[in-house]
Amino acid sequence: MKKCRAEVVSKRKLCEGIYDIRLKTEIAPEAKSGQFILVFPNDPSKLLGRPLCICEAEGEEIRIVFRVSGAGTEGLADIDINKEIMIEGPLGNGWDLSAAAGKEVLLLCGGIGAPALLELSKRLCRMKGKTDGPQNVRAVLGYRDSSMNAFLSQDFKDSGADVVIATDDGSAGIKGNVIEAADKALIGADVIFACGPMPMLEAVKEYSEKNGIKAYISLEERMACGVGACLGCVVKTTEKDSHSHVNNARICTEGPVFDASEVVL
Amino acid sequence: MRDMSVSLCGIKFRNPVTCASGTFGSGMEYSGFLDLGKLGAVTTKGVSVTAWEGNDTPRVAETPSGMMNAIGLQNPGAEVFIKRDLAFLKNFDVPVIVNVCGHTEEEYVEAVKILSEREEIAMLEINVSCPNVKEGGIAFGTDADSLLSITKAVKQVSKKPVIMKLSPNVTDISMMARAAEEGGADAVSLINTFTAMKIDIYRRRFVLANRTGGLSGPAIHPIAVRMVYEASKAVKIPVIGMGGIAGWEDAVEMMMAGASLVAVGMMNFHEPGLMMDIINGMEAYMEKTGIEKISDIIGCMH
Ligand SMILES: Cc1cc2nc3c(=O)[nH]c(=O)nc-3n(C[C@H](O)[C@H](O)[C@H](O)COP(=O)(O)OP(=O)(O)OC[C@H]3O[C@@H](n4cnc5c(N)ncnc54)[C@H](O)[C@@H]3O)c2cc1C
Ligand SMILES: Cc1cc2nc3c(=O)[nH]c(=O)nc-3n(C[C@H](O)[C@H](O)[C@H](O)COP(=O)(O)O)c2cc1C
Ligand code: FES
Repeated sequence: MKKCRAEVVSKRKLCEGIYDIRLKTEIAPEAKSGQFILVFPNDPSKLLGRPLCICEAEGEEIRIVFRVSGAGTEGLADIDINKEIMIEGPLGNGWDLSAAAGKEVLLLCGGIGAPALLELSKRLCRMKGKTDGPQNVRAVLGYRDSSMNAFLSQDFKDSGADVVIATDDGSAGIKGNVIEAADKALIGADVIFACGPMPMLEAVKEYSEKNGIKAYISLEERMACGVGACLGCVVKTTEKDSHSHVNNARICTEGPVFDASEVVL
Repeated sequence: MRDMSVSLCGIKFRNPVTCASGTFGSGMEYSGFLDLGKLGAVTTKGVSVTAWEGNDTPRVAETPSGMMNAIGLQNPGAEVFIKRDLAFLKNFDVPVIVNVCGHTEEEYVEAVKILSEREEIAMLEINVSCPNVKEGGIAFGTDADSLLSITKAVKQVSKKPVIMKLSPNVTDISMMARAAEEGGADAVSLINTFTAMKIDIYRRRFVLANRTGGLSGPAIHPIAVRMVYEASKAVKIPVIGMGGIAGWEDAVEMMMAGASLVAVGMMNFHEPGLMMDIINGMEAYMEKTGIEKISDIIGCMH
């Protein structure tokens, strides 16, 4: 974990408002699936790092895929190749790969939640069939509509996962949200890994509790430090957290991945 | 080698740089980024007698050259703090300043009683200026009589030097500093955050769940310098200066205004190694300008 420079090696626009950047950085080898980095805007009036998932970590490179949602991500989308940016990471606890051992795995990716799950898909697919690996990896990727070009869906296919695409309006793939699409496609699962907007995560939590399927979800919250120092980014927990000794946990440190049954959304 | 040490309240600090309470956890979280043993002191997050849950989220928001926070003094309570955080800090050769919070005068007194027994603690900093809790906190820090009374109460039971942490949300900071001094405070620290508000104009919602939050960061630095100057001119006890320190120049400026120690707050989030950069930058500045002892510049603008 450190703050360091990273060089922009490539930049691509995946669809309107969504960008894909590869960074050359010394922290890449440490990165685990489900962890995140802080990206610092190159603007002295914007002092806080923007948390972004590590979409892929390969060799010396980290890939980030993000939606332009404000001035910070807008600046990042404008950056030129070969320029350097400041990042900090890798941060947080990633996905628990051991939870997939011997299981039928379902990855539920809602929109810009997909980057949080790609590295996981790659790592799980490599372990498929091994004693500590999953039986199968299936991914449902949900989008608003076809204009989002089902971004990252090819990457999930390339990773070795069976992919189902869903859109809210039915303009591509199955019509409906990711849970409805998983049902319609008759995908069974023993364990779910999910990331997406809050209403989707609430639905995943409910679905997992109703059907007795374990679910792990990756959460978002406004962050200042990203390392557990400021207590800005907490989520309410069902039990007393072992660090805070109250019913909340730091998303940046104990998360961003949580067992859905342990958090109150 | 230049002499960077400063002494206050009978304690010697190897250099005048510490962290501002609440921006550095209890040091643990940043110990991978810098050597805690090289800091002047470590100041911890506010501790109360029992665990506090804090406020709902969102608790933080970015603002131009700064941020707002409304954490609500979440902490695990004194017992866990002593067993875990203080035990961790014992591994480093660094004075520890423990920040204390409470809802009522009795709670402050109780926390001070428990904490001041601990030999690992160098000083106690009493936070009577948190804008983010409904009771206690700022209510004591914005009224001179309340400040005087609570200072007396904690001084009566404390076995450690007591720093009263002052709020900038007052008309006359000199009067508040004098009230703390009159109550027997061994030092004052300032500034805590400014009560502020941010509105999401599209959703017509307050950005922070608490509606208001404390503003800090480089945006407020010049106000902090002015207040440290005024407070330190008004009292004889030492002043710990903070508010938007972002580099060694700001730290030197704060000392010239009257601070004996300086604390780095939200800028730790931006640059985890910042306190070391400040210590090194200060030393280079002393070298360049021929300052033998950093303590010579304290309050040189008075
Ligand atoms: C652990 C984690 C991982 C994330 N991964 C991704 C990702 O892979 N791809 C992606 O597109 N987005 C991701 N996000 C959301 C992303 O952090 C925000 O979209 C981004 O910070 C917005 O910054 P801005 O300057 O463009 O927006 P502004 O609204 O101008 O930002 C102002 C402040 O609010 C914060 N902020 C705004 N929106 C969010 C948000 N949704 N979550 C947390 N902080 C926010 C910013 O960091 C900044 O401090 C992630 C968030 C978290 C917490
Ligand atoms: C996230 C955050 C948490 C804080 N928590 C505390 C606290 O627990 N006790 C306290 O006395 N001050 C607290 N403060 C105030 C700081 O210690 C400091 O007085 C203030 O932020 C000004 O310094 P800065 O501008 O360098 O951040 C907190 C500030 C921030 C940003
Ligand atoms: S962002 Fe500071 S504790 Fe998580």
